[in-house]
Formats: sequence, structure tokens, C-alpha cells
Amino acid sequence: MKHVISIAIGFILGIVLFLVGMYFNPFVEQLSVSPLAVTDARKLELTFTAVANEAILYTDHGESNIKPHPDRVAELWEATIKDTRVTVNVLEDSRGQVAGIGIKYATDSERSSLLKSEILVDSTWHLYIVGQGTLFIEQVENHWSYLRDIVIPARWSSGDNWRGTFFRILTRGPTALGTAVVTGGAGNFEGASGEAVESLTASAYATNGGLAAAEGSLTITLSDSESD
Amino acid sequence: MGKTLTVGILLGLGVAAGITNSISLVDLHREPSQISVQANGGNVETFRIDLPRDRIFVGLAGEQKTLPADIDWPQDARFGNFQAELFKVRDRNDVVVGVASRMASASEPTGAFIEWVLHLPARGTLSLHMDVNPAPEGHRNGRMLAGSGEFATMVGEAREQFFSEVAGGDASVQGRIELITILVGTFSEPLPDETADAEADET
Repeated sequence: MKHVISIAIGFILGIVLFLVGMYFNPFVEQLSVSPLAVTDARKLELTFTAVANEAILYTDHGESNIKPHPDRVAELWEATIKDTRVTVNVLEDSRGQVAGIGIKYATDSERSSLLKSEILVDSTWHLYIVGQGTLFIEQVENHWSYLRDIVIPARWSSGDNWRGTFFRILTRGPTALGTAVVTGGAGNFEGASGEAVESLTASAYATNGGLAAAEGSLTITLSDSESD
Repeated sequence: MGKTLTVGILLGLGVAAGITNSISLVDLHREPSQISVQANGGNVETFRIDLPRDRIFVGLAGEQKTLPADIDWPQDARFGNFQAELFKVRDRNDVVVGVASRMASASEPTGAFIEWVLHLPARGTLSLHMDVNPAPEGHRNGRMLAGSGEFATMVGEAREQFFSEVAGGDASVQGRIELITILVGTFSEPLPDETADAEADET
């Protein structure tokens, strides 16, 4: 009987140890320095709001903690698209001037794994840069840090919110360097290709509305296009 | 006592790791792809957008034609007549299989353009660049620019056609955009036969 109780206590301890180890795992820290920080290639720095109700449009299946915006926008409730979120954003350049429009599709990835601390999202950007042309960006994001450092602390908080300082590179692929793949579309970008990383800077989150003060950033590097 | 506690801890660690590893966090719904194979090669797939029911968003500078009506579209003269639209996309069986955006501008200083991005969750995304001028038959031809997921290794063409009248009497379907993709797979590595042929040629 003594051994059974001992094994049971050990078993529970083992589970607790595992959960604590997984949550605080120091080996899965996401980058906070862009792999594209030093480059000779042509570079575009774009920022956009990461707060859903500050975007031009945000929609999802309609039952998440983030309310689609504006109120009467169609929701993505159909079975094939219910794990997808779409955001339409104004993009600003590094001087804070309007630089274009970005449409982002983000779908939860089936490759997500709690054991590997990977909450993966397959996302795509369709960008229009005023007076320059269009770009297509394909990336894999890891939202583990966002979940661990913002969403879970907010759930634990008595006020159901989080305030603090958060900055992470969300992009983790598909390239070996952990960057997104960029393909030039129209205009000056025709024939161009390159890499990109998306980062998130946040300072406030509420469990009943999502991010309340946050900014996203896209750093894009491009090889010279054929038309240049 | 100490040994059994250690065994218990290891057991707990192992079971927790096993359960965590086996949990599927995301299970995307899949519809069978409605693909037909063209006689001279290429997978043909037809996507439909029923108007107005599948239109989610229209952003158009300088005019009160946006959808939803109260969106905050930038009123910047540099946007000219740039237009961005967002739709739900159906397969030929009328089942919603994804979402798509269409960007177009006729006043761009770097040249007019029409582009589509089709995002089909559980399958991938493809970007299409269309000709600005329609073909004499009325449709618009285009080509695939890039893709991800199952479209990552594919190349091909596309066709966009607008139908202003759709039979069926459904008031929510007054028009239809049809997008037809004709894609072929490419191989990043040469096939074994090709490698053998190349080696034979060298010798």
C-alpha cells in the first residue's frame, strides 16, 4: 500500500514537473532580434496595428474572444475556414506615413505541438505598396511566446487582462533561417524575391477583446527585380 | 520508498509527455478537391464566388462604395482607383473551401494590375497575376506567381470570368466570378530516370 501511494504521489509530481518544465522551457525562446537586421538587400519596414478593432477589417468564426470588426462584417463560420482569421490593415512606413494596404490570412496549423512549444500558424500576406506594386508573403508563425507571456498570464490575472512589455519575432519559417518567403507581384516588385519577418510589440491585452495596445511590424528584404 | 517515488515521477513525466504529444491541437476540415485532369496535362480546378453573398469586403478610395459601409478606408489621393476585395470561395459543388482577395488598380504609376490570392486552409495558398486586358472571349487570362502548401511546387495558368446572370433564382446570387486554375507539378529534385539519362548522355 505504501508503494502504491508513493507511486501515485510520484506520478502526480511527474505530471506537475512536466507541465512546469514545458511552460518555463528556456530552450524554446523565440528570437527578439531579426535575422534580417544586417543585410545589403533593399529593405522595406512596414508597421500596422495589431489591435483588431483598429484595423480596417478583422473577421474570424465569430465565437472567439476577439469581436469581428466592423460590426456587420461576414464571419468565417463555414467548416473549412473556421480556423482562419483575416485582417485588412493600413500599412505605415518607418516615418509613420501611409504606405499601403495589407491583407493577412492566418490559419492555425495542424503541425502545432505543445511538446515542442510550437503553436504554429500558417499565414499569408497580400500587400499593396502605394506607387510601388504588390507583394505576396508566405510564412509560418510560432505563437507560443505570445500565448505563454501574454494570454495565459491574462487568464490568471484577477482583472482578466495583461499589461507589460512584449516584443518577439513571430516568423519561424518556412526558410532554414526562420524567415518568410516573399514573391514580387506587380509594379516595381515584378520578378523580385526575398525574405521577411513579422514581429509583434504589445503592452496591453484583455481576455474579452484580445490585444488592446499592440503593433505589428514587417521587415522585408528584396533582391533587385528584373525590371529595375 | 525513494525508488518507487522516482518510478512514479518518471511514469508521470512519460505519461504527460505521451498525452501531450498525441493531442491534436488543430484538426482542419477538408473537402475533397474537385480536380479534373486535362488531356494534355495539368490539374484543372474551378473556384466560384457568388455575388453578393460571398463578398466580405470592398475597399475603394474616394467613393462611398465600401463594404461594410462603415469601414475606415484611407482617403489618400495616392491610392487612385486602387481597389481591394475579399471573398469567400466555393468549389464547383458550391461548398465554401477558402477565402480570396483581389487587388486591382488602373491608375498605378508603375502599371495597372489585377491580382488574386486564394487561401485554402488545409491545402495552401496561391497567388495569381492576371492580364489587365480581357481576352476577346470575355475572360481574363493569368498565371500563377507563387504558392504554399500543396501549391508550393506547382506552376500554371489561371482564368477569371465574370457572369452577370446566374440561373437558379436565388436572390443572394445575382452574379458570379469563376476562377479556373490549370496547374502542373514541378520537381525540385530530378527524377531518378532523368538523372540516369543525364549520366548516360555524359558518358
